[in-house]
Amino acid sequence: MTRLISSSLLIAILAFSALLPADDRYTSARQALVKEIISDVQETSIYLDKDALDPRVMDAMAKVPRHEFVPFLQKPYSYQNRPLPIGHGQTISQPYIVAIMTDLLKPKAGDRVLEIGTGSGYQAAILSEIVSEVYTIEIIGALGEQAEEHFKRLNYRNIQSRIGDGYYGWESAAPFDGIVVTAAASHVPPPLIEQLKPGGRMVIPVGSPFLVQHLVIVEKHTDGKITSKQILPVRFVPLTGGH
Amino acid sequence: MDNTGGNIPRFSIALISATALCYEILLARLFAIIQWHHFAYMIISLALLGYGVSGAFLSVFAERLRNHFAATFIVNILLFGLALPACFLLAQHIPFNAEEILWDWRQQVRLFGIYLLLMLPFFFAANAIGLSMMVMGGKISRIYAADMMGAGIGSALVIALLFYLMPNQVLQVLAVMAAAAACAAWIELRLPRNKYTFALAIALLLPVAIPNQWLELSMSPYKGLQQLLRIDGTQTIKTLSSPLGLVHVVESKIIPLRHAPGLSLYATIEPPPQLAVFSDGDNMTVINKAVANMEQLVYFDQQTSAAPYHLLNANTVAILGAGTGNDVLQALYHEIPDIHAVELNPQITGLLTGEFAEYSGNLYLKPQVQIHVAEARGFIASSRQHYDVIQIAMLDAFGASSAGLYALSESYLYTTEAFQDYLNHLTPNGFLSITRWVKLPPRDNLKMFATALQALENLKVEHPEKHLLLVRSWQTATLLVKKSELTGSDIEKIKSFCTNLGFDTAYYPGIEATEANRFNILREPVFFQATTALAGDTGAAFTRQYKFNIAPATDDRPYFFNFFKWGLLSELIALKDQGGIPLVEWGYMVLIATLIQAVAASAILILLPLIFSRKNLIPKDRYTAIGLLYFFSLGLAFLFIEVAFIQKFVLFLHHPLYAIAVTLAAFLLFAGMGSHYSKHLQTRFGYSSSVRTAITGIIVLGIFYTMGLGTLFSLLLPSTIFIKIPVTLFIIAPLAFFMGMPFPLALSTISESVPALVPWVWGVNGCASVISAILAMILAMHFGFTVVIVSALMLYLAAMLLFAGFPRANSVSR
Repeated sequence: MTRLISSSLLIAILAFSALLPADDRYTSARQALVKEIISDVQETSIYLDKDALDPRVMDAMAKVPRHEFVPFLQKPYSYQNRPLPIGHGQTISQPYIVAIMTDLLKPKAGDRVLEIGTGSGYQAAILSEIVSEVYTIEIIGALGEQAEEHFKRLNYRNIQSRIGDGYYGWESAAPFDGIVVTAAASHVPPPLIEQLKPGGRMVIPVGSPFLVQHLVIVEKHTDGKITSKQILPVRFVPLTGGH
Repeated sequence: MDNTGGNIPRFSIALISATALCYEILLARLFAIIQWHHFAYMIISLALLGYGVSGAFLSVFAERLRNHFAATFIVNILLFGLALPACFLLAQHIPFNAEEILWDWRQQVRLFGIYLLLMLPFFFAANAIGLSMMVMGGKISRIYAADMMGAGIGSALVIALLFYLMPNQVLQVLAVMAAAAACAAWIELRLPRNKYTFALAIALLLPVAIPNQWLELSMSPYKGLQQLLRIDGTQTIKTLSSPLGLVHVVESKIIPLRHAPGLSLYATIEPPPQLAVFSDGDNMTVINKAVANMEQLVYFDQQTSAAPYHLLNANTVAILGAGTGNDVLQALYHEIPDIHAVELNPQITGLLTGEFAEYSGNLYLKPQVQIHVAEARGFIASSRQHYDVIQIAMLDAFGASSAGLYALSESYLYTTEAFQDYLNHLTPNGFLSITRWVKLPPRDNLKMFATALQALENLKVEHPEKHLLLVRSWQTATLLVKKSELTGSDIEKIKSFCTNLGFDTAYYPGIEATEANRFNILREPVFFQATTALAGDTGAAFTRQYKFNIAPATDDRPYFFNFFKWGLLSELIALKDQGGIPLVEWGYMVLIATLIQAVAASAILILLPLIFSRKNLIPKDRYTAIGLLYFFSLGLAFLFIEVAFIQKFVLFLHHPLYAIAVTLAAFLLFAGMGSHYSKHLQTRFGYSSSVRTAITGIIVLGIFYTMGLGTLFSLLLPSTIFIKIPVTLFIIAPLAFFMGMPFPLALSTISESVPALVPWVWGVNGCASVISAILAMILAMHFGFTVVIVSALMLYLAAMLLFAGFPRANSVSR
């Protein structure tokens, strides 16, 4: 019932805010979402080994208009902290997970990042606010075209996108400081590991379209060793009860 | 009262029941295809409350309907036939997405809409049968007999139909069957031939005219098949259907599939071209294209499942759940000369021996490979051979597995008794190898480990912990159980295998924490901590305290995939916006949600007629209360026994389809015969003695079977299905025969003393049946199927005592 009332209120507020100038619309909802993520991260700190995410990640979350990346009918829900359907059997990820995944890449201003699975384009937009170049590949034609249109309209000039097979990465732009694989893959494609710079990181969410079970970080060390880290993005301790 | 001219529309009633039961099973198939099977279970359980709604409806409108029996009976059958395809076709277009249900209230509204739509066909079918019982009170035992026997035939018929037709075509057949039931009723009730007769005959043909595009199944866009088909250049090149599943073969012409779960991060070669094979639109596996050089298959050596081949020079390997042959190819890559591939679904093996044999390089026709179309557990149990490696393939997709969607599925593949069977069929230094997805926090890998320990203990192995190895990548983990104790050389080999491919040894005898978390790093080495605790003295305490249920499954409680513990629920729900929802074990939650909804709806349906029926029509006295308890107990008990025995026979017949078809059909047919005979019994001995005799028979046989069936099944284990099926029928016949009596005997008593109660208790029994199937599963998960049977016997005993308090009709028939 609480969910029903809050959703109805949100729809009413957004309907009312439609009368406001376009720039102001959704701003307060986005700020509230950022506050929610900050609080969630604090509670999950034991698994993330930090109390707060990189401020640049949170700035990007506060800046990128998520409502521009969702279908019209989903706009009223665009600042709820949950995944939303975007058509073509795909989803826009939960903002909380997007923030954590971006932070796990440890992005720096001059970095070049590759994303496999553009989807709505929201993750690429967040990255583009932080790093200098974002390359993104989408396998579903209609989705890729839609994301490209979003990038143009919202003036994300440092995002290069294309439609096609992400398995071989983007060789002409390699190597990358970071790679995000949001497309479902049965394994980590060897060419992507090759295109990762020594010291670079790859982040992979594992689960179904709506339910990310855990996050995997693949690290390519400077000595050539490749390791993975698995992170449970939820406050969930201890594993044995009765304590 | 009886305005039918004394004719019971037996054939018509049997046909309605057969169609309704076919529809129930068909819906399970259809929803497993368009959604996921756990929600299918919830939707169908709730839809069956249509029987309860009918009871309430008939109670309130009894008087008005009674005077127009023939017309009302036929109209309800026709509406049943109409609603049968229409309601499903409408329901599948409701955009319900199970994964959003805790986030988005609109999904709950949509789910409710689906319930309401699917209740309608059952409501109309139940109206027709309930109305007959109400109007022909003196012939209830015969009506009930026709109802049960029709359902029995239906349970076998639908399996046959699903072998020959696509599931959506079966919908048309069922609509024709319903129309035929209406025609039969017209004849049986001896109604005059007129323009309506002609209209009825036309109605028979209408379902055939449903346009094909209306019948197309609307699969969830989030299922694997739908996701793949969105990629340019992909298309379905083959579709096959059977009761075991809807199989799609998909080719991807532009972008290769490259399916290789669990591949090492150090792998450098991509898989060869592949065809995707989906079962019910999910659980993708692949047919690999033949390669010119086996070195192109090196990736099969770079998965955790390759571990056993690095530990011994195997000659004979059994692969359980061989599917489209990936594990067979892995064995061939390791030059195994004698490979036994066991697969349940003949349509899957048929793909590799028929149309795609050449594509696969005649994989299943190679001299090294022997194909066995059989259920895996049954194959091993009846095999006289010993194997160097018994490998259980990864049969489920990660998404469904990680969300706990299989919690409701019984699996006799992963029980302690099954592990004992496997170990007994290994050569002295052989390995059992089981690969599963890695989940965080760990669940199935640990349950598997605990199950192996328990099996070794049961086999009186001195140091079970010295027989186990667990290796893991970031994606998969492989458990190895050696028949003999592991040697130092085994441990060195596995360490080397892991180091070369970037895998971690999560457990081996004597492992140190520092060795367990080197390549695929977890914040805490939880696999190591858990496995060493399980293998040590504190195993039982650890299992009790662990947040998920990792206690071994047994043949009596075969729910390996149920990891749910109540302590988890509130914590995860509270964390739903903080990443907690994906950890919810959906299967069990759905079961509980189904039970709560069914109990709430049943309470309303049972109470409504008491409130709204005309004054004094349903007396609010102790007789009504006794009637309520009696019929509720019978509803619970009948299904408890049926559900529990189906499970017992799954293990005996070793084939889920045969077991369900044979057991269900036998129960219903023999119960129908019992019902028919109950009239004679009552005429001779009166109601009370007849009920006492029937229930005593049920209790005596129930106790006898609970104690003796295990021994009988062990004796007959190597027998063929042609011996096992007659034995099954012979065992079920007397029990079901007695079980068919208490309901019609009591209903006949009531129809003589308080006839207005007949439709109401019919509804009560319907509600109880729905609750019973759900409750039986919950009881079985917690206490095992033996407890379900014992509970049923106690309910029957309670019913016998309650019958003594029934309103007294003549103790001997009129």
